[in-house]
Amino acid sequence: MKCERLVDVGRRQFLRGGITGAVGAAAATVLAPAPAKAQTAMALVDYPANRLANVADLKVNEPLDISYPDDSSPGVLLKLGTKVEGGVGPDGDIVAFSVLCPHKGWMLSYNADDKTLNCPGHYSRFDCEAGGQQVWGHATQNLPQFELTVQDNGDILAVGVDELIYGRLSNVL
Amino acid sequence: MAFKRQIDRLPIIPADAKVHNVTCHYCIVGCGYKAYTWPINRQGGTAPEQNWAGADLSQQQETETAAWYAPSMYNAVRQDGKDVHLVIKPDPDCVVNSGLGSVRGARMAENRRSEVTGTQLQRLTEPMVWRYGTWQPTSWDDALDLVARVTARVIDKDNEDNLFVSMFDHGGSAGGYENTWGTGKLYFGAMKVKNCRIHNRPAYNSEVHSTRDMGVGELNYCYEDYRLTDTIFMVGANSLETQTNLFLNHMIPGMRGDTLDFKKQELPDEPHAAAKVVIVDPRRTVTIKACEEAAGKDNVLHLQINSGTDLALFNALFTYIADKGWVDKEFIAASTFQGEIAQPEDAAHPAALGGFEAARAACKMSVADAAAICGVPEADIVKAAEWIAMPKEGGKRRRTVFPYEKGIIWGNDNYRTIGALVNIGLATGNIGRPGGGVCRLGGHQEGYMRPSDAHVGRPAPYLDQLIIAGQGKVHHIWANDHYKTTLNATEFKRVYNRRTNMVKDAMDARAGATREELVDAIVSAIEAGGLFSVNVDVIHTQIGQQAHVILPAVESGEMNLTSMNGERRMRLVEKFMDGPGSAMPDCLIAARMANHLERVLREEGRTEYADQFKGFDWKTEEDAFMDGYYANTGQIVTYERLRAMGNNGVQEPVVGFEDGKLIGTKRLYADGKFDRHGREDKLALFCLGAWRGLQAPGKQNQKDSYRFLINNGRSNINWQNWFLDQKNEFVLDRFPVPYIQMNPEDMAELGLNPGDLVEVFNDVGATQAMVYPEPTARRNETFMLFGAPSGSQGNVINAGTNELILPNYKQTWGNIRKISDATPAAKKLSFKSWEVTL
Repeated sequence: MKCERLVDVGRRQFLRGGITGAVGAAAATVLAPAPAKAQTAMALVDYPANRLANVADLKVNEPLDISYPDDSSPGVLLKLGTKVEGGVGPDGDIVAFSVLCPHKGWMLSYNADDKTLNCPGHYSRFDCEAGGQQVWGHATQNLPQFELTVQDNGDILAVGVDELIYGRLSNVL
Repeated sequence: MAFKRQIDRLPIIPADAKVHNVTCHYCIVGCGYKAYTWPINRQGGTAPEQNWAGADLSQQQETETAAWYAPSMYNAVRQDGKDVHLVIKPDPDCVVNSGLGSVRGARMAENRRSEVTGTQLQRLTEPMVWRYGTWQPTSWDDALDLVARVTARVIDKDNEDNLFVSMFDHGGSAGGYENTWGTGKLYFGAMKVKNCRIHNRPAYNSEVHSTRDMGVGELNYCYEDYRLTDTIFMVGANSLETQTNLFLNHMIPGMRGDTLDFKKQELPDEPHAAAKVVIVDPRRTVTIKACEEAAGKDNVLHLQINSGTDLALFNALFTYIADKGWVDKEFIAASTFQGEIAQPEDAAHPAALGGFEAARAACKMSVADAAAICGVPEADIVKAAEWIAMPKEGGKRRRTVFPYEKGIIWGNDNYRTIGALVNIGLATGNIGRPGGGVCRLGGHQEGYMRPSDAHVGRPAPYLDQLIIAGQGKVHHIWANDHYKTTLNATEFKRVYNRRTNMVKDAMDARAGATREELVDAIVSAIEAGGLFSVNVDVIHTQIGQQAHVILPAVESGEMNLTSMNGERRMRLVEKFMDGPGSAMPDCLIAARMANHLERVLREEGRTEYADQFKGFDWKTEEDAFMDGYYANTGQIVTYERLRAMGNNGVQEPVVGFEDGKLIGTKRLYADGKFDRHGREDKLALFCLGAWRGLQAPGKQNQKDSYRFLINNGRSNINWQNWFLDQKNEFVLDRFPVPYIQMNPEDMAELGLNPGDLVEVFNDVGATQAMVYPEPTARRNETFMLFGAPSGSQGNVINAGTNELILPNYKQTWGNIRKISDATPAAKKLSFKSWEVTL
């Protein structure tokens, strides 16, 4: 699985999701005008929106090496060929996952025959067609999946992660 | 979508966090962990001086780093009455696991009760009594007074046969030396209760009588032997799933050849190679695939025998090895019995025991006959014999280790089958030596310290069948759940529900009565065939639904607890958090129960009997440890000394204390003297057990009458912590109901799709499971998850046991019919193969 690395460091997203925004707005109405102060720490990490590839770059069942949210967190971008829950793109079949095994951080390898990611360290395996569910293994979490959006021009952006990535206590360092 | 925790960061352990020694309390392996706790309003930072690891946590950490923890290793719990952060992570310095965590142990923190994060709110917090038609929370004194008054009505000095007791005998979990001593001193010391059973079987007996009768205690090696051995001969075990880090951290390095330098250093006078592996199992497990990956396919032999034919195989191997002369003649001469028969076959011994030549004659089985019985090629049996015993280059003895577990313990003809395996180990001189051992792999850890159980007798009473037959009046249950894990469970539950409901009805009819009137009403119901049930556990179990009094216990880490693992490695788990509500250690519950019984008996004027219940004035679990383990094992091991030994502890038996360290024993029988049978000559005995087909009543008939073998056992994700995992979303998301693995062609014939719900039924009952396709499963041979809360496999296991009341769970046959299409919870699951593809 040697593929071209296609990572664009995207623009930072400053406001994510309704809840965070609403809290911010409510807080603003009760705060008296005050001298400038450091921004209040937020409840969630701020994920970057990074361009991973364009839909046109992807071929069915051929994995593309990516990284997200930064260069030290390797992942894989996949066009599975069948629509899956959480899949994006015109066919609803594009997904992306971290490839660091959440057990001990070994690099997973993609098996195109049954569309799983497999760990050479201790034999765990994860199903790319079932949201990264651990088919069998030692990890105590399913595989972190990268949330994707597709822009009008076909660019695929990663905008979030749904589990803690191995080797970091904050998904955004 | 698969379950995700949606956690994007975790609090960092500060540099000054409190650190506690923790041995994982779930399975036998006993992996070392460290528990870190710190105040709820503080956190560490990413700079090296700000965190426990001294690492720059603003950077991505490397593979196998010790400076990371998963969300499952974190929780917020109560400690000394205050909320604290808790992280429990694998200890890289523990020789057992070297920093590896399993899918079970690495969730120890998440599987704690937390009012802050909402985990494990199923844990019991207060005693409850059946009142006003349901359970009402109450005080310990109120609950124990009722227990004592009802119990006192059915027991008397020298007559305690109407008190039935189900009590765990294991270590880890909520067991351990403190708690087995507490319950043991109550039921075998103050009383002499005969009608009792253990947590996983319907009688109070050993799971491995024969090896003990032969003089060979079942945990005789050390885990290092897997790094030294030439061949691993594994029987009826699936260690990648059920002794995970023993397999990954000790067996795999031996198979990969990573330990060759260590072998040369330890055993310099012989040639060495990476270990070969033979696995005896009717099912192809993930363990076999992992062995193939590690050792290479040519070095792995899977003897996929017909279910229940292990004895024929072992006797053929024993015969062939002996005929070839590949035996250790000096060892046989010096360390084994030199006559014909030392112990004749009788009601307590399902086979005679004696000398090597007598065993050869009694066990004689040709390779051809065994191949026909077992359904494996003759050449494979010969190859296994060669891998076990054919001398190495230069005529050096091969070193073979023989690990075994439930496949034969809970399989056909337990006594003779285990005896036959030990025969091979003895004949080849592979017990008490480096790279050897004939050992149980184990389930729970061990932690047994009780007064003698000799009064129970052998064969021991078959408690579950006695209950079904209407016997017993009061039933005390300590962390047993017959409803999930017994055999003949369909019938057991039917009768147990009826008998305990009689008592509930009598209690309901006397709402508002005085204590005296209530006890009279209960006793009347008991005399009419009812059963009064007292349940001590950490959760409200299935059998606990039928209880009249429920008493909440704590588990490991909520108390100080000592246990030993599968290589007899004893450690102290240090209490790092409070128990839920007013829950107590089992040893103290037993002590308070004894105090109340003494008080009630004295009130009733039964002074002499009341005096038997003295000696339970323990205030802490350490008091129970000193009264039990310390006093009965040479007065060497104390909490303080064990704490100082950390997560590597000491291997039992502990023989001394020098230079501030406890001195243990690496291997048993290193001197060639065998004493487990109690013989003064300290000579091991061979087992004279010929093959005799499916031995337990009803098995052959069931096999002849039903299409599918319903083989059964545990899995990686559903194992010793399932009582907690029935409320763990990560686990429930993977297997919402128990699976039954089936060959896809069998599925097609029955019109089944992956995830469909099926009923498994036969002459003794029925249960349900979710179909999981398994292309490597042989036609008409299924494997069903054992012990599930939502589909008890025990429902279809018949009552037949061996002569010593050892259950025969594995040999079960039934038919299968579809109940429904896959439920929404099952539909979204992955049904792909479990075998890694690299």
